[in-house]
Amino acid sequence: MAGIDPQSYPQPVEWTQKSGSMLNSRSATLLVAGKSTMPVAVPIIAVGLSREFVMGRTLYDKLWDAHLVDQQDDGSALIYIDRHLIHEVTSPQAFEGLRLAGRSPRRLNANVAVPDHNVSTDPKERALGGYAGVADATSRIQLETLNGNCNDFNIPLIDLADQRQGIVHVMGPEQGATLPGMTIVCGDSHTSTHGAFGALAHGIGTSEVEHVLATQCLLTKKMDNFRVVLEGEAQSGVSAKDLALAVIGKIGTAGATGCALEFAGSAVRSLSMEGRMTLCNMAIEAGARAGMVAVDRVTLDYVKSRPMAPIGEQWEMAEEYWRTLHSDADAVFDRELIMDASAIEPQVTWGTSPEMVTSIEGTVPTIEEMCDETGKKSLERALGYMGLEQGMKLTDISVDMVFIGSCTNGRIEDMRAAAAVIRGHQKADNVERVLVVPGSGLVKAQAEAEGLDKVFKNAGMEWRAPGCSMCLAMNADKVESGKRCASTSNRNFEGRQGFGGRTHLVSPAMAAAAAVTGRFTHPAHLETL
Amino acid sequence: MEAFRVHSGLVVPLDRANVDTDLIIPKQFLKSIKRTGFGPNLFDELRYLDPFDQAAPSAVRQPNPEFSLNAPKYAGASILLSRENFGCGSSREHAVWALVQFGIRCVIAPSFADIFKNNAFKSGLLPLELDEAVVDSLFQQSADGDVVNLTIDLTSQQVTLPDGAQVNFTVDPFRRNCLLEGLDDIGITLQREDAITAFEQSHQRTQPWLFNEVNL
Ligand code: SF4
Repeated sequence: MAGIDPQSYPQPVEWTQKSGSMLNSRSATLLVAGKSTMPVAVPIIAVGLSREFVMGRTLYDKLWDAHLVDQQDDGSALIYIDRHLIHEVTSPQAFEGLRLAGRSPRRLNANVAVPDHNVSTDPKERALGGYAGVADATSRIQLETLNGNCNDFNIPLIDLADQRQGIVHVMGPEQGATLPGMTIVCGDSHTSTHGAFGALAHGIGTSEVEHVLATQCLLTKKMDNFRVVLEGEAQSGVSAKDLALAVIGKIGTAGATGCALEFAGSAVRSLSMEGRMTLCNMAIEAGARAGMVAVDRVTLDYVKSRPMAPIGEQWEMAEEYWRTLHSDADAVFDRELIMDASAIEPQVTWGTSPEMVTSIEGTVPTIEEMCDETGKKSLERALGYMGLEQGMKLTDISVDMVFIGSCTNGRIEDMRAAAAVIRGHQKADNVERVLVVPGSGLVKAQAEAEGLDKVFKNAGMEWRAPGCSMCLAMNADKVESGKRCASTSNRNFEGRQGFGGRTHLVSPAMAAAAAVTGRFTHPAHLETL
Repeated sequence: MEAFRVHSGLVVPLDRANVDTDLIIPKQFLKSIKRTGFGPNLFDELRYLDPFDQAAPSAVRQPNPEFSLNAPKYAGASILLSRENFGCGSSREHAVWALVQFGIRCVIAPSFADIFKNNAFKSGLLPLELDEAVVDSLFQQSADGDVVNLTIDLTSQQVTLPDGAQVNFTVDPFRRNCLLEGLDDIGITLQREDAITAFEQSHQRTQPWLFNEVNL
């Protein structure tokens, strides 16, 4: 098999001219545990030389360079899109736009569609099979529209009745539709999930969905490089979700706006692919459109033998390239945050934004702790909405509902983590409902093969059919007004899980511990209760 | 897309940070397969006291008198003033459509979330980043009971404040040009068809696995 000559990778147009100005503006701000040190200037060796000779490239730089079709003087760029994932909510208007303009999709095999946001997760309704069984008429029309559009335009589709159906960000990696080195977009902000594979993946709006369908490209601008290094060994009971929430708590929900976030460090390398997906999934909650992790053995092992992964000679060729998908040792980041992962405890959000988070041993902040007027107002509004008091202990908050699922925590590892805590326990009496929603039909089948469904059902919990469910509550799975939910999803915005519903974001183990104790409890303390 | 050159209008304040797209247009309205009809449900959960009833979509709702967009003095406002990280959260472009269909042409905030900002430009909505101090003073003037009228000139990239003072701003040159001309992105990109095809061919040579057929 012929080796890959790195020079033969598509090089960006006007590579050398563009590189000079980027160099001049490059400096790195090093943040260690949240404290900014002085910017570290990067010595400029020779402006005008290719950056390759000057300094190493970051993973994001490499992915960007390998997909740059055209760069304009005004900074706008056209990048090529390898994979476009489609779901029912953000695509109908895009297909309509294509129709009105008489355009057709440029490369059919770049697309994979699946219904997920608006599907019922009621096993009885799903057992009716297909779209005729969808009780909600408006939802049915939207689901049928996706089907119709895929049929009309010949877009590859995983149907509602297909066992591979699931949340688009769970299905993509499972099927090998997500591969290292790809550019991946989807009309959904949590597309950042796929960056876990060393891919450049981010959410786009509906106009961009139409743009990608028609041109196979995205008009965009290069983002800044931001590396979050999580060093050390995470404590037992601390999952990728806790790491993600701790990072968001540190930098805020706008902390990485305009950046591509690379997660690195020993705590990240020791995560499974599921864990890395959880981490990258939450990058958008820190404001970063894209999150990513370098390719290593764990990545390759996960990808190998997925239905859509290359095989034989193609695999070898791909693997050789994929092994280059990491930031070079001398790559310089615009920003960097280094955190001690071993100091991170299980996290719980207490407010209406993912940055309103603290450790399970912590307390709800007080007004005095807020440094400015906007902060004070936000705290007051959040506590009013959440029905919480300043200074109260997180472990004193009891919950009415528990949701285990979503593209953040709906994978097999999450089901296992929750079941491990629940096994031998019962749902607490004060908890009205516990919904366990596998992220895909394949996760569901695997969990059932391991008997996890029985663990949940025997504990008095609901084992549902795959879909987005209570993560965004488009359908019947809702948190009622005034009710409090421990949720493994990713957004605790006002009304996100239902009008007036109160969301606390947690890991699967924490959600499970809340389900059996009726309040927030450190999973490790469960045994001693 | 409707071009945006010079716009004069009334400012309506929404004094909160991190206004997310779930708040701008809640998910129950995302079931629509149309691009229109979102205006009446802009900020639905803030705007009305009673929750939307899907079974009776055209029922008369109870407006929340405390919410600024319902105040008679802000009737006809076309410029929304808010705080940092406006438009965070979900990528739903419906949020932009709802604002535009309500009659908003420009949102002023100290900062915007990336995806929202991107989406806004595609529908002729100007996401205008102004200094925190300027935003503060505009909020102050609104709180003092005055209605604030602004003129936003994208051609010269200047905002004229009520007292006649002018504040400069900058918009990404590419986006600015698209807004000024009302240009459609797809049309622009298709003009670069040759570059796309050339790229695609070399990409396929180096990473042929990306071009395999999808057999589901
Ligand atoms: S599970 Fe939630 S966050 Fe993920 S794609 Fe579905 S609605 Fe979006």
